[in-house]
Amino acid sequence: MKIKYLTQLLSLVLLVNLFACQKQNDSSEQYICPMKCEDHKTYDHPGICPVCKMDLVKVSSIKEAVLDEDGISDKSIFNLTSEWKTQNNETIHLNDLKGKVMVVVMIYTSCEAACPRLVADMRNIYAKVDNPAVDYLLVSIDPEKDTPEKLKAYAKEEHLDGDQWILLQGGLDDVREFSNVLSMKYKKISPIDFSHTNIISVFDKNGVLHYQQEGLGMSNDKLVEEVKNLNK
Amino acid sequence: MVKLKYIIAFLGLFSLSLTGICQTPTAMKPIKGGTMLPLYGLDSSKVWVDDFLLDEYPVTNQQYLDFVKNYPEWQKFNVKSIFADGNYLYNWRGNRQLGENMNPNSPITNVSWFAAKAFCACQDKRLPSVDEWELAAKANETKPNAENDSLFNQRIIESYETPNTYSKTVGSTYQNYWGVYDMHGLVWEWTSDFNSVLISGESRQDGDADRNLFCAGAAISASNLRDYAAFMRYAFRGSIKADYNIKNLGFRCARTN
Repeated sequence: MKIKYLTQLLSLVLLVNLFACQKQNDSSEQYICPMKCEDHKTYDHPGICPVCKMDLVKVSSIKEAVLDEDGISDKSIFNLTSEWKTQNNETIHLNDLKGKVMVVVMIYTSCEAACPRLVADMRNIYAKVDNPAVDYLLVSIDPEKDTPEKLKAYAKEEHLDGDQWILLQGGLDDVREFSNVLSMKYKKISPIDFSHTNIISVFDKNGVLHYQQEGLGMSNDKLVEEVKNLNK
Repeated sequence: MVKLKYIIAFLGLFSLSLTGICQTPTAMKPIKGGTMLPLYGLDSSKVWVDDFLLDEYPVTNQQYLDFVKNYPEWQKFNVKSIFADGNYLYNWRGNRQLGENMNPNSPITNVSWFAAKAFCACQDKRLPSVDEWELAAKANETKPNAENDSLFNQRIIESYETPNTYSKTVGSTYQNYWGVYDMHGLVWEWTSDFNSVLISGESRQDGDADRNLFCAGAAISASNLRDYAAFMRYAFRGSIKADYNIKNLGFRCARTN
């Protein structure tokens, strides 16, 4: 009886181990030079590129890197797996926002200097673009203080009304990661203050960064035009 | 029954080898936290750094190779371009091969911030923050704080001037007060919040912190004018992006104590 249990347990362990190994030998696999020295010439076995001497790679691995099975480009922010809370306390992932052009800014609600101007810029862009197929994202760089409730109150105060306005709270790490995707910099300089770069970013429907406007008091015309073009 | 025992032992070993799917983690050394006077800040006030653990050595080529073998999404030709630009693992021969002249025990370089972060996360570690890194790095062989030791500072500057130190073996420089090797002298290292240094090509457009670092006023308000090496590190951090892969920039991992 005991032995039976043991063997069952062991076969389970073995099974798990086998999955962990994930042998990826597929005989139908085609290989190609990663530098495409011979254009699109493929081989049906691994080897070395006769021109640049680099190891051949699987054709599928190259394709995957460009567009994965969900049709997400490898440049897309939808590759980030982080989890966020909206001002309505809904949990979302970035790829839930797929399919709409996005205008993104990072702010914090207790900010008195630059952020109100950035948010004013966002409202301005919103009015000029005037298209329900565009989302406006405000991501907090102070997630410890900017809870969904606080973000909701902030949205109301700043007249960011309607479904198109999305305010996000994330984990400290995820916010840092997000800022790095935008090449945006910020630093907490006191318990209530941050210094930060002022960047408004435009992402296309597939989450690929398309345009960035840097600085305060800039003309929004170019950005508005880019957003409109993306929606054509 | 005896047979069964063998089988169990064998399977035990087998599964053990698999739990090490994140390669053998580097030993960590405890670093005593404390107040830190960062190189610069708006009010130059001290910051508090908690006790933490830091990898004894920078991550090596071999360790990184083991990592990508288990995580194909971080292999040279598989990495998503949002996470690393075209220089990622520049000198590698393939997805699973180091370059011909690469020393497996040299620090890994040509890795992006995203990649370094993923590597550490895989070991249940993280990248050290700028403040943590600087705190650990200001120790020389005998003192936890050698900031004002001009010989120590001189040595750091000289190491910055030495070319190709990234091809040395880890552990080949010095072991500092905390028992950690190669904080200076091999490679520069990624930190979790490197992008908290505010400068950019067009620094007039930034927030105010960069003025602290770059205009003349900056130098004056900095906490330690002699620490030229620190100025260089901060300037470097301020000039890079998370998807950059640079030949003398590696990393090591940390963990909250």
